[in-house]
Amino acid sequence: MRNPVSDVVVNIKPSGIRKFFDIVTEMNDPDVISLGVGEPDFDTPWHIRDEGIYSLEKGRTIYTANAGLKELRQEICRYLYRSQGLSYDAASEVLVTVGGSEAIDIGLRAVCNPGDEILIPQPSFVSYEPCAILAGAKPVIIDLKAENEFRLTAQELEDAITPKSKLLVLPFPNNPTGAIMERKDLEAIAEVIRKHDLLVMSDEIYGELTYKGKHVSIASLPGMKERTILINGFSKAYAMTGWRLGYACGPAPILQQMTKIHQFAIMCAPTTSQYAAVEALRNGDEDVAQMCNAYNQRRRYLLHAFREMGLPCFEPYGAFYVFPCIKEFGMSSDEFAARFLAEEKVAVVPGTAFGASGEGFLRISYAYSLEHLKTAIGRLERFVKKLRS
Amino acid sequence: MGMEMREELLKVIEKNSRIDLKELAIILGVEEIDVVNEIAALEAEGIICGYHTMINWEKTSLEKVTALIEVRVAPQRGQGFDSVAERIYRYPEVNSVYLISGGFDLMVILEGKSLREVSAFVSEKLSALEAVLSTATHFILKKYKDHGCTIAQKKEDEREMITP
Repeated sequence: MRNPVSDVVVNIKPSGIRKFFDIVTEMNDPDVISLGVGEPDFDTPWHIRDEGIYSLEKGRTIYTANAGLKELRQEICRYLYRSQGLSYDAASEVLVTVGGSEAIDIGLRAVCNPGDEILIPQPSFVSYEPCAILAGAKPVIIDLKAENEFRLTAQELEDAITPKSKLLVLPFPNNPTGAIMERKDLEAIAEVIRKHDLLVMSDEIYGELTYKGKHVSIASLPGMKERTILINGFSKAYAMTGWRLGYACGPAPILQQMTKIHQFAIMCAPTTSQYAAVEALRNGDEDVAQMCNAYNQRRRYLLHAFREMGLPCFEPYGAFYVFPCIKEFGMSSDEFAARFLAEEKVAVVPGTAFGASGEGFLRISYAYSLEHLKTAIGRLERFVKKLRS
Repeated sequence: MGMEMREELLKVIEKNSRIDLKELAIILGVEEIDVVNEIAALEAEGIICGYHTMINWEKTSLEKVTALIEVRVAPQRGQGFDSVAERIYRYPEVNSVYLISGGFDLMVILEGKSLREVSAFVSEKLSALEAVLSTATHFILKKYKDHGCTIAQKKEDEREMITP
């Protein structure tokens, strides 16, 4: 029989998080608690769920336009105008997708030609690299450093650029580090981008969850909107992961090609979710503020706990992750996470799941109640003490 | 402590009045001494009026009946509804008294041991007040949600270890 599968796909490494979670699942131990999940612990606010239910009751069970409900695209434009001062045309510069993930995939496929280089700062979300490969491009990894609080510097970017560089993925606020890029950081990056005539894919899925001033989109800087694909969605800000809804905004020529892939592969994003999302954008600001506040309280609690334990951790100002350093124990992140799981029954994700530069770090999620965090931190404290003695 | 922080503190302890003061300071990002002082000030100003516990009495063996009583009142010259309200709220079995807009004037929430006890209160005490014109008593049959808490089993964390 001939080779039944694609070599390109076979050669893509499986997700590092997956590998670790499989161990947890195999253990099947009810005492195991997790600090590993990457989705909010809140339910979607009721008024948003209610709109979804209402749309079903009204029999709105048909496809929407390929690019998404016009009403929703208009609300997205209004949101980006009020939060970032960005003006997008709802008819030609917005595409509603199945989660931010789909936008990453089709965005890369829409811009890449064979041999193009895609610049990917790591540690970061696990999908950029395989999506770039599937798009026929070559991923070029930029290793971010703890001493820069895992921000991307202009020099690091400059050093990675070659004549083949096409697009920079800008994943901030960052999963897994919680790092953010402030205006001054972005201005330095934007200058390099303009100089080398690059594109940017700015993944702002955690943009509403920042704890030091409001998030700034690189698209809002001078000369950047026309070279940025802005990606956002409803999963993190509105606790809507299961609804699978995101969007991309950007220059019409790129969005047109993205929409072409989207219409052939997906048709349109889920209709129920789109109606719910309209309500989220219209009346959800207060919910977002409340959830953000709760995350911030937990973030402060964890940072304080790490300080007490003497575990080095830079202060992350975004998303819902902290990224403490465990280098002092002389173990790899994988080993540490495996032993912590075996000995104290707590699942955390090794930093290396998000790129080689995550070695020596752990991703700890605070999308959990304070009570849950306290139990888990108690176990971590005991484990750290044991390792040090 | 700024107004915003003050309100955040109140929101936290409204949900959990038993929170450890040190922990409260940590999650608010302030010093413990500031939290202690602020709470003392809030108590002195009568903003914090007490620390109560949410109890689902239905799960205990204690019999309790709660009634909402709509009361129509003839307002008193120079005092409006205040003096009648005061006469009513002085009864210890009265839980809350609100002045209400709409078809009646006062909403009285009453807790008694039995239906008979509540009826006795309404007929012998409340209706007997000169200013009270009429009453309508509603007994609570089941509590679904109280003080922002759903009276039901806690939800399990069903999130899967999913990842791309």
